[in-house]
Amino acid sequence: MRVLIRLEAFDPFAEIRIHQDALGARCTSIGALASFIGSMRDFNDGESVEAMTLEHYPGMTDKHLERIAAEAISKWSLDDLLIVHRVGEVRPGDPIVLVATWSAHRAHAFESCRAVMEALKSTAPFWKKEQSASGARWVANNTPGSSADFKQ
Amino acid sequence: MSIKVRFFASLADSVGRREAECPHVPGMTVASVWLDLTGSELLPDGALCAVNHDYCTLDQVLSDKDEVAYFPPVTGG
Repeated sequence: MRVLIRLEAFDPFAEIRIHQDALGARCTSIGALASFIGSMRDFNDGESVEAMTLEHYPGMTDKHLERIAAEAISKWSLDDLLIVHRVGEVRPGDPIVLVATWSAHRAHAFESCRAVMEALKSTAPFWKKEQSASGARWVANNTPGSSADFKQ
Repeated sequence: MSIKVRFFASLADSVGRREAECPHVPGMTVASVWLDLTGSELLPDGALCAVNHDYCTLDQVLSDKDEVAYFPPVTGG
């Protein structure tokens, strides 16, 4: 299990590869890898967004992500779990978050990946401040996690 | 005998500072510290609070050397 908070840009595909390689011999018992990668959009609320700053609470944010990861490992049958989250200055297209889960079976990999992502979105202390042509503004709320509730 | 106070994101902007230190008074709570520092009875809608890096309720009593934080709804991921 690993939780990383990155001030610099990261390559989520490379992170998955590095983590998977580090699993070594255990890889042969893993039948499923599920991953979610969230990236910065260049629009929000009908306005173009040029850049974004991600603030976090050092000490609490990492502790909270580790707790989410530990809860997932205790709830699902997982061989491993990786969370990477970006902070600082972000540009459109930049990856912001990676959640990856490894399991013997797809159900545990899929379900835990989704649940970790939703827990992160709703409880992990991060805040986005968007920069657009009209100035800077804090993002007030995240979009819903269920497509049934989603308004574009 | 003191506590550390931290504000984040839009709450830091509205309060006008990111950190403060207060003398510890027995019986002081997360709500009473907010009132002392901002003059406001209530936190903004949806605002959250934490003590020593764990979420808490406004009635949590603070101990000496605690760190209390106030922040808006989270928007990570």
